[in-house]
Amino acid sequence: MWKGMNHMNLTRAAGAGTDKSGDVLVWAEPGGSPVQIEVESSVADLFGGAILAAVQETAAACGVTAGRIRIQDKGALDYVIRARVETALRRSGGEA
Amino acid sequence: MNKLVSSLEEAVRLSGLKDGMTISFHHHLRNGDHVLNLVLDAIAQMGIKDLTINASSIFDVHMPLLDHIKNGVVTGLETAYIGAKIGRELSRGLLPRPIVFRTHGGRPSDIISGRSRIDVAFLAAPTADDHGNFTGKAGKSACGSLGYAFADAEHAGKTVVITDNLVPYPLAGASIRETCVDYVVQVDSIGDPAGIVSGTTQITRSPVRLQIADTAVACIEASGLLEDGFAFQTGAGGISLAVAKGLKDKMLARGVVGSYCMGGITSYIVDMLQAGCFRALVDCQCFDLTAVESIRTDPRHWEVSAAQYASPTAKSCLVDGLDVVVLGATEMDFDFNVNVHTDSKGNIMGGSGGHSDAAAGAKMTMIVAPLLRNRIPLIMPRVTCITTPGNTVDVLVTQYGVAVNPARADLRSRFEAAGLPVKDIRALYQTAIALTGEPTYPQRREGKVLAQVFYRDGSLIDTLYCVE
Repeated sequence: MWKGMNHMNLTRAAGAGTDKSGDVLVWAEPGGSPVQIEVESSVADLFGGAILAAVQETAAACGVTAGRIRIQDKGALDYVIRARVETALRRSGGEA
Repeated sequence: MNKLVSSLEEAVRLSGLKDGMTISFHHHLRNGDHVLNLVLDAIAQMGIKDLTINASSIFDVHMPLLDHIKNGVVTGLETAYIGAKIGRELSRGLLPRPIVFRTHGGRPSDIISGRSRIDVAFLAAPTADDHGNFTGKAGKSACGSLGYAFADAEHAGKTVVITDNLVPYPLAGASIRETCVDYVVQVDSIGDPAGIVSGTTQITRSPVRLQIADTAVACIEASGLLEDGFAFQTGAGGISLAVAKGLKDKMLARGVVGSYCMGGITSYIVDMLQAGCFRALVDCQCFDLTAVESIRTDPRHWEVSAAQYASPTAKSCLVDGLDVVVLGATEMDFDFNVNVHTDSKGNIMGGSGGHSDAAAGAKMTMIVAPLLRNRIPLIMPRVTCITTPGNTVDVLVTQYGVAVNPARADLRSRFEAAGLPVKDIRALYQTAIALTGEPTYPQRREGKVLAQVFYRDGSLIDTLYCVE
């Protein structure tokens, strides 16, 4: 996990990932607090709880306390979800 | 006798089809089939209702069937396989009566014994004459073997042959003969050639899947079964085709000449015949144009009926002579049970076809599959549906290792001696879970019965419930 910053403000809409099988598409944008998370997944029945937790934990670790994160998952593994969410948040926060 | 009638409606009328009867179809035109939809449209126009369809398989091209279910024309379905798209719709419980799943061997067994009655068979015929002799080997909609149509033609109350290539009598070399045909109908098109050769008939390019295929070939070599007279079946999945390709090189290198190869026949299997790996191909179903051309021109490439392929009540059948069969799996459990009927949500997306028949017959039944697909582990404590019972499944080959059924200590020691990565199936499960996390499997469903799954001997092996 990237640990460069204690607090991150989302300043613009940004995305990461792809809509391919085994990957996840993530959108992050500014919004209210607490962070609003929407999860859509092909494996929601089997892993819905784990996916939501991965997004929440990544947002918290990046210091994001406000904003909106939407993900469309097609069976990405946990580490892929965390990496894609972090990338989207950093892009949204003006990092990349 | 000229049996040509003017239209499908006329053939239906003459056949005496009435409410509540059973009609049948073969699936050799696969996802290019026009005949099932044409016949149901004609029957619906005539106001006949409450029919049961007994089709050797249902494909997504048959989506219009859903409308005929909603309007009450069709109330029952018996088959060996249902495509994923139409399967998902049917899984909501559109039919008033449970779907009946049989295997490719169980279906002709039940038809021939009279346990499964067909009132009228509507048989797509790529080339036919006006007496009803027909073949799948020629015509613009050629599909090759008509193996699944034999039992229907010979045992239905009435048989209607539907063709888009009517030739002068007599059609030389017909597969199914005039002796069992009542009516012949000419239509513009029985199928779309592009869909007839649909499906997973391309070899995989995925490195993971190629590695699984390599390991499977090494298992076959280590099994001691790869000797002259070797009899082999493989499916048409991407990994199975890669196994066939690898096996061909191995057989040629060792100078092994097998007896027969069967299964859905593809260009890869035809290559093996032409290279001298086998003395014969026995073909119940062609999957591509190379296979169609081969069965038409090469006398070593035989057409066989589904009963000869796999019927458990035939006096003998080909699956019983198999040394090795290579099959796929959607799910597999700790007891080696395999599911190819449903996805993890319980939606129908397949069916046995000949899966459980070949598994029961072969000396070594191998499942080749990636350990996880889009986060869903292959292995689970208990499969969503038992298609093929674990006591007929010997080996699972994944990219993380090979699991051997505990009942086959002989194979296990051969594999270990060959240095193959043998693992306990529970250890492979743990490997998968470490990557995916622990899945929360849905509870075994209850409520309205969606389908009854019958094993090849006619016993009920599992029950599926409707998915909301």
